[in-house]
Amino acid sequence: MDIHALQQIVHQTRDARRKQTIPKFSPADRDQLIHKYHPDYRASAYRPIRFGPNADDKTVVELAALLEGDSSIPEQIDLTPQYTTDVLVIGGGGAGCAAALHAHATGAKVILATKLRLGDSNSVMAQGGMQISVAPEDSPVTHFLDTLKGGHMQNDHDLLKVMVEEGPSIAKWLIELGVLFDRQADGNLHVKKGGGSSKPRLLTCSDYTGLEIMRVLKDEVLNQKIQLLEFCAAVELLSDDNGQCTGAIFKDLDNHRHVVVAAKSVILATGGIGRLHIQGFPTSNHYGATGDGLCLSYRMGAKLDHIDTFQYHPSGAVYPEQLIGALVTEGIRSEGGHLVNAKGERFVNELDTRDVVSSSIIRECEEGRGIRTMSGRIGVWLDTPLLDAEHGPGTVEKHFPAMMMQFERFGIDISKDPVLIYPTLHYQNGGVKIDANSETNVKNLFVAGEASGGLHGRNRLMGNSLLDLMVFGKRSGLTAASRAGSMPQGKLTLNHLQRFRADAKKHGNSSGVISPMILPAYTRREPERTATK
Amino acid sequence: MAQEDTNVIDQPEVLRHKMVTIEISGKKYEVPEGITVIKALWHTGQEVVRGAGCLGGFCGACATYYRTKDDPKVRTCLACQMAVEDGMSFTIMPPFPARKALYDIQSLKDPKQDLFNLYPEAPLCRNCNACTEACPQKIDVREGVWKAVFGDFKSVSEMFMDCVMCGMCTPVCIADIAPNLVALYVSRAQGAHFTEKPQGLDIRIKEIQDGRFNDEWSKVLAMNEQELADHCATVK
Repeated sequence: MDIHALQQIVHQTRDARRKQTIPKFSPADRDQLIHKYHPDYRASAYRPIRFGPNADDKTVVELAALLEGDSSIPEQIDLTPQYTTDVLVIGGGGAGCAAALHAHATGAKVILATKLRLGDSNSVMAQGGMQISVAPEDSPVTHFLDTLKGGHMQNDHDLLKVMVEEGPSIAKWLIELGVLFDRQADGNLHVKKGGGSSKPRLLTCSDYTGLEIMRVLKDEVLNQKIQLLEFCAAVELLSDDNGQCTGAIFKDLDNHRHVVVAAKSVILATGGIGRLHIQGFPTSNHYGATGDGLCLSYRMGAKLDHIDTFQYHPSGAVYPEQLIGALVTEGIRSEGGHLVNAKGERFVNELDTRDVVSSSIIRECEEGRGIRTMSGRIGVWLDTPLLDAEHGPGTVEKHFPAMMMQFERFGIDISKDPVLIYPTLHYQNGGVKIDANSETNVKNLFVAGEASGGLHGRNRLMGNSLLDLMVFGKRSGLTAASRAGSMPQGKLTLNHLQRFRADAKKHGNSSGVISPMILPAYTRREPERTATK
Repeated sequence: MAQEDTNVIDQPEVLRHKMVTIEISGKKYEVPEGITVIKALWHTGQEVVRGAGCLGGFCGACATYYRTKDDPKVRTCLACQMAVEDGMSFTIMPPFPARKALYDIQSLKDPKQDLFNLYPEAPLCRNCNACTEACPQKIDVREGVWKAVFGDFKSVSEMFMDCVMCGMCTPVCIADIAPNLVALYVSRAQGAHFTEKPQGLDIRIKEIQDGRFNDEWSKVLAMNEQELADHCATVK
């Protein structure tokens, strides 16, 4: 059927739906729903990791293969460093920039290396906002409790307390650097309500929050003349005789040469794993989100936490084909957008946590109340025109300019027509286990941002990622920099890699893949050939 | 299943799946109609390292020049956000060596005047409008440059909130202005110097420093798992 004909039911039922309130699930119903429909509970997608710090823990098969994967570095390689620094930051997104800036501000020598350009990251795409408890009726404790509830009570309390308490000072830092957060008429920060939060707490820059923050941070990294190694992908870490981290080996993606960097501390800010397309899901993640930091730190002996849980953002675009997996910001639901099935019914409280909303969308589709596309996708409607009906014409355009433009390019006006959505692989809830200074169990190896684990428990709350990046980027940068003065540069060895390879051999060798992946293999190697008769 | 048949969206590109001929950097290739420009590169076997970033239309890494069949007009797009069509010709824009001024945003004394020291070429705009036409985000770039020069930093910061820093406004400028970099400076100056300080934020920072929430923290942190879960359930 024509898409407009199918959309009619959304228009027809809009007024009736506006009078409806959908209660949130009881804890028992919510657990049942998630266990039945959330991809984290699809047992066939998981297997135990065979060896290493998380031996026998289960994770998705795609990640297990990479963690058990072998390094591209031979054991005999010249480790004479081309660069020497106090702090080596790997990753150029939000956490990496924050770490580099804070470390640099203390006077430490900093190198920031990234496999793509400075700023290429998921951070730049964050649309929903940044949770910071600035409103008078809100508090860091309430932020703590909301996050804990969203994370199924599995969050690391120390990390979480640090994040919510440092939030406000992070907002101040960003404002001083020139970030333009949305304001109320009285000049105070405007706060929006996010899914799973009891109070409005999202600071926003229209629907360009991540982009605005990243434009400013990137510019500041350049202004501070922090040394950059762009298009340099980390392929192995370096350790001294005590197993402490002392640097990294990179592959320069322009000339394919190895670059050795000696560093007193290393901060991995390598982001998430969406481009592994776990369970075949499309992803909202950027090109380089291949979990490199997880593999690198795992080989060094760093323990991972909550590595079996991923966030499937409820609203990834399903139509048009070109936008598959692209995010339709949660902000639409924050402002009252309904989720509607093929029968024109709402089926979940749209502001419930992401895992609950995603599970309920999957349920609707599996039970035959989804809308199919000819390319074999399925989804439910997100009633975007409702926002204009509710808050006045022009609301969608004014509050979601990025979203409007993205769909307009394909001839779709989301202020007039609902969009078809289905969950998309969005975020790695867990990662490398860190302490409150963002350090791993490997001394002088720090991990900040999405690559780290523990803070978000088993489900990250909307808007907590941008804050995570800034807080733990800062703490890792400051801690790493503070050690530089009193610490000599350690020896550069590959002892950890020898240990890892020996361990692999004991367990029937590595998975046969080389990790980290660096970039997804989207390039088609050979065109299909039709056999001649 | 009849119910499902009525629930299927027509997609002409799927119904009549066909190959189209496009030109990539002057070379002809056959690719499926309707895939994005970046996917067309992958489809034709090209490695993409420079030229792909967020793949979501936010980072500007995939700034591309393209032309459609028989149209002399060369246009710009983001390769991850543009579908290919028959007869289309495109090339990814190489990184353009624009000059970025270096500054310490916080210590600027007179940011509106400093603009002319940092970017002395900014007032030399000759109004050709090429920058506006080159912007894949549909920003009125030329207008923004003039507003910057006339000190209307607030308008510039609002106009350029959509800017993905792809830099396509830069190579076309006959006055060698890098409008995106000018606008970035102006927006940061607007935020750091000309926007009211949010008082509520300072109050909250002080409350945290003064330990206003300490009692509540000790109560919450002393709870066992069950108590904490029950307490969380009461937060509405």
